[in-house]
Amino acid sequence: MTNSKCYMGCAVLLATMFLNCTAVAAQEGVKIGVMNDQSSIYADLSGLGGVEAARMAIEDFGGKVLGQPIQFISADHQNKPDVAANLANRWYDAENVDVIVDVPNSAAVLAVQEIARQKKKLVLVSTGGTSEFTGAKCSPYGAQWTYDTYALAAGTARALVQDKGLNWYFITADYAFGQALQRDTTKFVTEAGGKVVGFSTHPFPNQDFSSYLLSAAGSKADIVALANAGGDTINAIKQAREFNLFKQGGQRLAALLMFISDVNSLGLNTAQGIVLTTGFYWDLNDETRAWSKRFFERRKVMPTMTHAGVYSSVMHYLKAVQAAGTKDPLTVMQKMRDTPINDMFAKNGHLRVDGRMVHDMYLVQVKTPAESKYPWDYYKVLRTIPGDQAFRPLKEGGCPLVAN
Amino acid sequence: MVEVFGISSQILFSQLMLGLINGAFYATMSLGLALIFGVLNIINFTHGAQYMMGGFIAWMLLHYLGIGYWPALILSPAIVGASGFVIERLLLRHLYRLDHLYGLLLTFALSLVIEGVFRDRYGVSGQPYEIPELLQGGFNLGFMFLPKYRAWVLAASVGMCLLTWWGIERTRLGSRLRAATENPMLVRAFGIRVPRMITMTYVGGVMLAAFAGVLAAPIYQVSSIMGVNIIPVVFAVVVIGGLGSIFGAVITGFAVGLLEGATKLIYPQAANTAVFFIMIIILIIRPQGLFGKRNY
Repeated sequence: MTNSKCYMGCAVLLATMFLNCTAVAAQEGVKIGVMNDQSSIYADLSGLGGVEAARMAIEDFGGKVLGQPIQFISADHQNKPDVAANLANRWYDAENVDVIVDVPNSAAVLAVQEIARQKKKLVLVSTGGTSEFTGAKCSPYGAQWTYDTYALAAGTARALVQDKGLNWYFITADYAFGQALQRDTTKFVTEAGGKVVGFSTHPFPNQDFSSYLLSAAGSKADIVALANAGGDTINAIKQAREFNLFKQGGQRLAALLMFISDVNSLGLNTAQGIVLTTGFYWDLNDETRAWSKRFFERRKVMPTMTHAGVYSSVMHYLKAVQAAGTKDPLTVMQKMRDTPINDMFAKNGHLRVDGRMVHDMYLVQVKTPAESKYPWDYYKVLRTIPGDQAFRPLKEGGCPLVAN
Repeated sequence: MVEVFGISSQILFSQLMLGLINGAFYATMSLGLALIFGVLNIINFTHGAQYMMGGFIAWMLLHYLGIGYWPALILSPAIVGASGFVIERLLLRHLYRLDHLYGLLLTFALSLVIEGVFRDRYGVSGQPYEIPELLQGGFNLGFMFLPKYRAWVLAASVGMCLLTWWGIERTRLGSRLRAATENPMLVRAFGIRVPRMITMTYVGGVMLAAFAGVLAAPIYQVSSIMGVNIIPVVFAVVVIGGLGSIFGAVITGFAVGLLEGATKLIYPQAANTAVFFIMIIILIIRPQGLFGKRNY
């Protein structure tokens, strides 16, 4: 009896799944899929916030393009490249997704980039950071919107070397993103006259950073640079304070990638003084404030740069589809390159042939508790880095699509 | 400076010290797990979630009620223990006569639910929890800077392990518990209320997890996923030590911490996998675990 009940239940479940699939396949409008980490260490900086940002873009666009309603799905890739690859295959093939958006985790991003290339569909990356994406692994179907490891390195490394930070020690997450970030930063440090005195690689994700921090303290480096992200960065900073890295050795900490969600989690007491490079800050001007407050009403947190990037990329994509009058991937991508990006996220941004969206970046410093006047008043902007200085020059990336 | 295998003694000692401190967490966690398995025959997959709850409730006590670290060290395990009481009475006790798999599935599902609820409410980045004032700062040991708080973690864990061991090996209640594990029917015949002892054991094991969670709160961010990271290692520790062996769990917990510390020196990338490598070797040459009895 129990068995037959179970079989019945399974049959009903399967039936409803098929129903859903057929219902989806019957329509032909543009379909956008947000794929990101909704359950692991990047869930706050990307996650449901990215899903909401894409939804906002679709709503603001009017919900329809080419006379058809815009369809939208989202899924959790759990920070696993294999799950991301399976999802991408299924979305592009079986679920008629036209464009995959967001995609944190560089390993996952590179996997999805290859699948998009094979299936001739688009991928618009906001959270994934590896500069390989627009370098050797570039594709006519892929765009990277918000930042990359090169831009982070250029912004933060240049500024700190100039400020007497000559000797560097890296604590690096042992996967595509951390490696790219360390490599790109090393280049700038040595170019500016500094040197790298050592590094530790840690498994991803990781919780206890004490042994890496002790090695860093022993290295006598001026700058201890964290080439990791999200929960890893948070724990490393917190434990660096615990181990007295700064007072004892007079060392300074550089978080090469840090999001406002990380600062919020650490609190200003712990995070104060850290210099970082970001592609967006909610409190830059009236436009960013207006959008961010709408986001806040929905999510109860301020947007990270990648949330804003998701919104901007989806909006630009929809405008391009409308202008091109088709959803053919290469035509739309060409339209996206031809049109400058002007919205709350970017001013006069442009999409290059290698897939890099070039826009201004900001060098910011985390405020002290005394400097912070209202909730989420976390950054003071030290410098605006113009897009052409922030990002890698087109010819240096080694992208095969770039004509010499 | 003396060098051992090309590694300066300064770095060697400091890494081993840190390994020992991490081992303290493993020992406290796996002690609870081993205790529960030994008496209830349940593989308590909820252990990581209960560790997380321990940290979170400490944070909530501070954040919402202004209750500090020291009271939380007792209050938080008590609250998590009470939730363990409900779980055991309501759910687990129906599973004792069934295969291990059922207990494993139930506790695994529970941990997903608990972690999901916290993730939904508080996200994953975590909440800040300051080190209590008394334990701020640190000692200069000559070979390393040791934060006072980490020294306290080591002392508190060793103390808790000794207390548990003493309770089980040296008290009347402990001897009844051990007897009930060997032969529950016979012990019941003597008029001892075995089901109540079983419930109390589960509550005790859960409280150990929550205690470790409070200890961890000032070091790691208090986050919904903090248990996810530690639980695989803790399970490996219990397997290496021998399922159900309380002494084995404690010794192996500290040993695995040291092993990780040493691995970080020699080949840091393998630090998180070394323990599983050891587990595989142990399972091949001594399937019952280092300190386990053959009938498990």
